[in-house]
Amino acid sequence: MMKEEKRNKVKYELWLAELRISSRKKCLLRQHMKTAENVYYIEETEISEIGFLTETEKNTIRHAQKEKKPGEEYEKMCEKGIRFIPFFDGEYPGRLLELQDFPYALYVKGRLPDQESKKAAIVGARRCTPYGEKYAVEFGKILAGCGIEIISGLARGIDGMGQRGALMGGGRTFAVLGSGADVCYPREHIGLYVDILNQGGGILSEYPPGTPPLPQNFPPRNRIISGLSDAVLVMEAREKSGSLITADLALEQGRDVYALPGPVNSELSIGCNRLIQQGAGLLLDPESLLNEWNFNVSGRTGKEDKNKKMLETTEKLVYSCLGLYPKNVDRLVEETKLGAGELLNILVSLELQGYIREISKNYYIKVK
Amino acid sequence: MSFSTVISGAMEGLRVELIRVEADVSNGLPVFHMVGYLSSEVKEASERVRTAIRNSGYSFPAKRTVINLAPATMRKRGASFDLPIAAAILVSLGEIDAVRVKDTLLIGELSLDGQVRKVPGILPVVMEAKKAGTGCCIVPAENAREAALVDGMKIAGVRNLRDTVDFLNGRKEIGFCTGRTDGMSRSASEENDFSQVRGQESVRRAAELAVAGGHNLLMIGPPGSGKTMTAKCIAGILPPLTEEESMEITKIYSVVGLLDEKEPLIRRRPFRSVHHTATKAALIGGGLIPRPGEISLAHGGVLFLDELPEFRKGVLEVLRQPLESHSIQLSRTCGNYSFPADFMLVAAMNPCPCGCYPDMERCTCTPAQIQAYIGRVSQAFLDRIDLCAESSRIGFEDLTGSRTAECSASIRDRVCRAREIQSQRYKGKIRTNSMLSGEDLKKYCELDQKGRNLMETAFTVMKMSARAYYRILRVARTAADLAGEEKIREEHLREAIGYRMVDRKYWGRQQT
Repeated sequence: MMKEEKRNKVKYELWLAELRISSRKKCLLRQHMKTAENVYYIEETEISEIGFLTETEKNTIRHAQKEKKPGEEYEKMCEKGIRFIPFFDGEYPGRLLELQDFPYALYVKGRLPDQESKKAAIVGARRCTPYGEKYAVEFGKILAGCGIEIISGLARGIDGMGQRGALMGGGRTFAVLGSGADVCYPREHIGLYVDILNQGGGILSEYPPGTPPLPQNFPPRNRIISGLSDAVLVMEAREKSGSLITADLALEQGRDVYALPGPVNSELSIGCNRLIQQGAGLLLDPESLLNEWNFNVSGRTGKEDKNKKMLETTEKLVYSCLGLYPKNVDRLVEETKLGAGELLNILVSLELQGYIREISKNYYIKVK
Repeated sequence: MSFSTVISGAMEGLRVELIRVEADVSNGLPVFHMVGYLSSEVKEASERVRTAIRNSGYSFPAKRTVINLAPATMRKRGASFDLPIAAAILVSLGEIDAVRVKDTLLIGELSLDGQVRKVPGILPVVMEAKKAGTGCCIVPAENAREAALVDGMKIAGVRNLRDTVDFLNGRKEIGFCTGRTDGMSRSASEENDFSQVRGQESVRRAAELAVAGGHNLLMIGPPGSGKTMTAKCIAGILPPLTEEESMEITKIYSVVGLLDEKEPLIRRRPFRSVHHTATKAALIGGGLIPRPGEISLAHGGVLFLDELPEFRKGVLEVLRQPLESHSIQLSRTCGNYSFPADFMLVAAMNPCPCGCYPDMERCTCTPAQIQAYIGRVSQAFLDRIDLCAESSRIGFEDLTGSRTAECSASIRDRVCRAREIQSQRYKGKIRTNSMLSGEDLKKYCELDQKGRNLMETAFTVMKMSARAYYRILRVARTAADLAGEEKIREEHLREAIGYRMVDRKYWGRQQT
């Protein structure tokens, strides 16, 4: 009975959340009408009396009343394991409420970022250089290893690398999407998407499930990335870059901004260097950043981490031959001078221990 | 004597029926009548036979001639009845002594000048004749060697009708060929040897495993990485044919007329490469009276399907049943036909439409394209393939290097040993590990605690299905047999896992 009641309540909330008017207006509307159910059953005379809505917004409501029946999406959402968290829900991240235009509701697959722990966003160019890639992974890995939660956008390039790094570090990471939480964009990041969820992280979106990755959805989602975080780390950015928008938003929201310095002649570092010039924090290495944040870094460096791995000598040899670029068995046979049978044995052993992953038949990459 | 009868044989699928060819020459209007449920090519025999008799120097009297091919319920096809019909007429005319043809089977096509031409399907007919107790077979000279493969049967190869008559009347000696001319020694030079395959360590090992346990194999690799070459070599590392198998294969090839005239006995395991435009009928056999298809021609050998996703939908699906039952049953209104089809399936495909995935610098395909490409092969079909290996691009080192690889002969030795272990273990119940299922699988693939732990981790980490799990057990059993171990150990399991079938769900998606 309780369940049925809850379901009834939620379906009107969902209906209201999906109304295509701004978050602020939706909040006002809900305050005005007390409950979402009342908004759905609002009478024509009442609508026209509401002062804070424009005529177009009123039309949108009238249209939605006629066209969209509440409750249609709820079942589907539950099936997909997506939760609906409106702003008045206790679970809704408090930090987001500080924003002027906080999202009316979040759709979450997996978990939400921990309210207590420190959170850092790793953002940067989609088309990045190996330099940016490397440091995105490194910062992601070490920060996540110290319990800092990494927030990013699951995009190609820096975003994905930072999150992959966080997973390698054994930490939690959260992706804020510009599409529905059930839509993995870009498609090839499905592996990352799945791993984030498996490792206790979450996929967040302010758009209802099934929303395609529309271009206009992406700039607004950047405010959520910075809004959720305590600090924003820009790894690589062009002079005019979406990452700089995120950095600006972060400053507006009162978050710390850090940038990774790069060569002055690198297109992809101009944005970062300029940020530093304007007073952003300078990223030298993860350790100094951790020191700055008063994290205990002793004994948490990468080198020691490697020694901790309980690998046999041959396993280490094979592991050291692998990288982020896929390598096949024959290449490895050549490099390690091991027999195909033995090598495959080691590869499967490493794979089962979670150090490497087979991305295509007999092609392997390092994951930890 | 006006009525006479001689024996011949007719093929129906791979079944042979002995046919009585009856001739009756009597007074009446000069007609030439042929009855007995004949197809048009048999009816045309009347013209060939009459002319050939006349051109061989015998007179063909203006009498009423009736030919009957019994049993009349069976449809007769082909031109192989020319010679027995002519012989039956000549017996009726008194040119041949009736006693001489009593214990003799005749088969062959006639040309207008009386020459005897070769026909397909001699071997099974002669085998059937032997079963029926016929003492002698007269066959076209070109088919004589083939017919002589049947032990203990006197075979006379004739060149023309005149020779046939003279031979039957005892006026001419034709050397009977009996038995085989040489032993079962394997022909020394294999065209394709594994020593010619450069690099490709993982595919080599996978091929060895596949052959040792009779598993089917899928090779994935970019174009030009030597997948076809490897497949050809696989036929060479299969254990040598036994005499029985050899005869069985030769019989099939005889029916479709693919035997070599000089060396009819097939001693090498067949390798059949099928182009991806092949139809269902071409693969499994077809026709009103079915003719064996590629899978039967690959019986005892290798069926190679290159460019697997390019095969038309449905074509691959017809292979599923023969892959399970190792034979194919074709049903027609006129009867059911069963052909042997115990072949090893070797398939090859590119990892993506352009062939370069996962080399992201070269690959130009989108993940969606790759998915669509792989999706063309059904999961049900992939489930029947135990082993999957990647065949890599051949590097410069491999092309120019002087490194010589292991040759087929030594691989074959290991394979034979592993097969020997299997046949001792299964005692004729099944032949190879690939046929293990249900209870047997539990009985013969027992794991120790370590192995169980490993499989448990693998099962959860790799999100295996039950089918995938059993496939790995079977392959691990083979790996253990190759190593001569009685128990399946961890390393065998790991190797089997490494060669497991790719899961379509995760394939073609870059895992960042």
